[in-house]
Amino acid sequence: MPKRILIVDDSASILQVERLVLSEAGYEVVQATDGQDALAKLNGTPMHLVLTDLNMPRLDGIGLIRAIRTNPVHRLVPVVMVTTESKDAKKQEGKAAGATGWIVKPFTPEQLLAVVKKVIG
Amino acid sequence: MKFTEQVSNSFVEETNERLAELEATLLDLESEPSNVDLVAKAFRALHTIKGASAMFGFDSVASFTHELETVFDEIRNGRLSVTQPLIGLALECRDLIRRLLSGDEDSCHADRTRLIQALRAFQPVDGQPPSAPAKKEDLFGTRPPPERTYRILFRPKPELFHNGTNPLGLLNELAEMGSTQVVATTRTIPPLQDIDPESCYVAWDIIISTRKSMDDIRSVFIFVEDLCTLRIDLVDDGENQDADDYKKLGEILIERGDLTTEQLKACLSEQKRLGELLVERGIVSAEAIEAAVLEQQRVREARARRNTNGQCENATSVRVGAEKLDSLVDLVGELVIAQARLGQLAGMLGNTDLLNVAETMDRLAAELRDSTLSIRMVPIGTTFSRFNRLVRDLSADLGKEIDLQTEGAETELDKTVIERLGDPLIHLIRNSCDHGIESPEVREAAGKPRRGLVRLTAYHTGPNVFIEIHDDGAGLDANAIHSKAVERGLLAPEATPSHQDLFNLIFQPGFSTAKTLSNVSGRGVGMDVVKRSIDALRGSVEVQSTKGQGTTIRLRLPLTLAIIEGLMVTVGETRYVLPMSLVEECVELAREDVERSHGNNLATVRSELVPYLRLREWFSVPGEQPAIEQIVIVSVEGVRFGLVVDSVVGQHQTVIKTLGKMYRHTEGLSGATILGDGTVALIVDVSSLIKASSVAMQATS
Repeated sequence: MPKRILIVDDSASILQVERLVLSEAGYEVVQATDGQDALAKLNGTPMHLVLTDLNMPRLDGIGLIRAIRTNPVHRLVPVVMVTTESKDAKKQEGKAAGATGWIVKPFTPEQLLAVVKKVIG
Repeated sequence: MKFTEQVSNSFVEETNERLAELEATLLDLESEPSNVDLVAKAFRALHTIKGASAMFGFDSVASFTHELETVFDEIRNGRLSVTQPLIGLALECRDLIRRLLSGDEDSCHADRTRLIQALRAFQPVDGQPPSAPAKKEDLFGTRPPPERTYRILFRPKPELFHNGTNPLGLLNELAEMGSTQVVATTRTIPPLQDIDPESCYVAWDIIISTRKSMDDIRSVFIFVEDLCTLRIDLVDDGENQDADDYKKLGEILIERGDLTTEQLKACLSEQKRLGELLVERGIVSAEAIEAAVLEQQRVREARARRNTNGQCENATSVRVGAEKLDSLVDLVGELVIAQARLGQLAGMLGNTDLLNVAETMDRLAAELRDSTLSIRMVPIGTTFSRFNRLVRDLSADLGKEIDLQTEGAETELDKTVIERLGDPLIHLIRNSCDHGIESPEVREAAGKPRRGLVRLTAYHTGPNVFIEIHDDGAGLDANAIHSKAVERGLLAPEATPSHQDLFNLIFQPGFSTAKTLSNVSGRGVGMDVVKRSIDALRGSVEVQSTKGQGTTIRLRLPLTLAIIEGLMVTVGETRYVLPMSLVEECVELAREDVERSHGNNLATVRSELVPYLRLREWFSVPGEQPAIEQIVIVSVEGVRFGLVVDSVVGQHQTVIKTLGKMYRHTEGLSGATILGDGTVALIVDVSSLIKASSVAMQATS
């Protein structure tokens, strides 16, 4: 059974890249375009990993992480944040919200897979 | 969120680098078609290029690369074997990817379609679905610092799982960084009925030998640092040490905080094995002992291994911008000049303390200068490797079979010299392939092997580097050169110069035109251009050739352009520096000699007539010449020439300063240098001076 990953980003091209890389590596990929959308998708299907952008309309990445961590069903799902800045402040914010890890954009497919592999094997 | 142009530029740059690597891999593969590592390497390169292009929106690059990648996947799975046409096609594809990257998609369309068809023709027709991509291999082939061993004590809090962390992932990540040994502390796990499945009860001790830094290790735990207690200690720093020298078990346990000194002393007084005793008494857990023993073994093994391997490799490098280096060289030049002034002043004042300081400074400045200049030295091998492709393509174009051999790739030269050497070398190699090496049929008829050989050799001698381009082709045709030279008006028809003199004519500007390309069986196209480039680098070119056996072109180049070994002379109040490499000897020129030659400006030196030129006259230095002048005999391209000066001061190593814009093209001068007392000495460009003066003499006669 392939592991299922929810990718969340408001940019279609990023979603496309992530989908390409992850599905090629044998993961099942579900996509969402913002935090609200992600929560809706999460409620329908259990995920092995959530990969989320930070700046998004409606519900941003930090908000999504907080919502996931307080959800009785999904609170232990690993969440990796995808961010354009390698600044510590953003990382700390995500960490405090309960993120499992992060990856800095732009990344190579190898880097993305390495992070995903590290979190869910 | 869109990727910026900058990001996509850096992507293009990175991909171009990968393409260059791919090219080298393909060429290697051509000579070792069954090397599976090379196939895997090529496949990985293509895979990365494809993935990255897709990510950055270069879809045409990605889809085209995919076609080539598919072929390499087939090779990798053993369904296709490497052949010469396949490599040729792959190289062509590589070139097209490069063009696609530059954004010139429209012009690539036809080639693209053709190449895709050619690629598909290679794929097996049985319609088998391509196999799933093989497991990821390590793509980061860096050459890091020596291997060190660390002890990591990782004690998660029960809340570890609450941010979704899987500790196994962390351990796996560590395992990827180096070789690890992990001891889990499981005695903290409560009885089953008390277990909270969402809490972490296990702790881990990890011994890791890795080339990564402590920060790299710490960054593995960055997202869990609040959810655990983490302690990382360097237990072996990778330096050479005695294997048995590493800490005793008790010391390790104290360092780990498992044991106090008092407890250790108490136990040591018992004549029993320490580990057993500690466990028996319940002071230290069995896991802690196991971890400590593992650490001890690991470090001892690592040290023993290093001792047998001899020197540990410590080669790390730092990339620095060329302009930073240039300004460093410049500053060091200034420092050397200032130092010379200090030395002179100290000598004048005669203060012993000051003299001592000046002497120390002198030594340090010289060392600083040498080591700064050595930073600019790079091995010539990188330039050499470009030529493999050139020769390969040329032999295909010309229908010849040519091998390129390189020797002395590790020879070091100033970066600027190497950069400016690229074009002349390409020219010479092209000439060797085009005009030197004969076609396979002609070679066989002459009893030579079908495959021609072009050999590129570099080596050091004294302050010079020599580069030789040798081919085993037909050699220069002296008769053809003779008639061509006569036709060009470079030689009187009745003249019978030696072969060597004839060969040197090919460097004459008027000798070659495009037409001679096919007429003269030797070479000649653009040799004057080559010579001019090499002259500009203060080097020289020489040719040797034996008919039917081949031709060797030898380039002599200075190690560096920043410093010149010179002979300082004076004319009136002015000082000049002549390049030492050209100076043969210094002799006196008495007034009688001058009168005897009746204004012909010829001196007899060792019973040979040598023409001379007065620097005083040439540079219009005011004042009367002394009764006894000095002639410095210089030799340029085998011709002796005298330069008359007032006196010879001596040998002088100087840092060259370029002249300002106004004076840059002054005939007879190539630069200037600042002397210890702050005055300026001009550096004489001997060859251009001789050329200009002979033109002037011909004009007046």
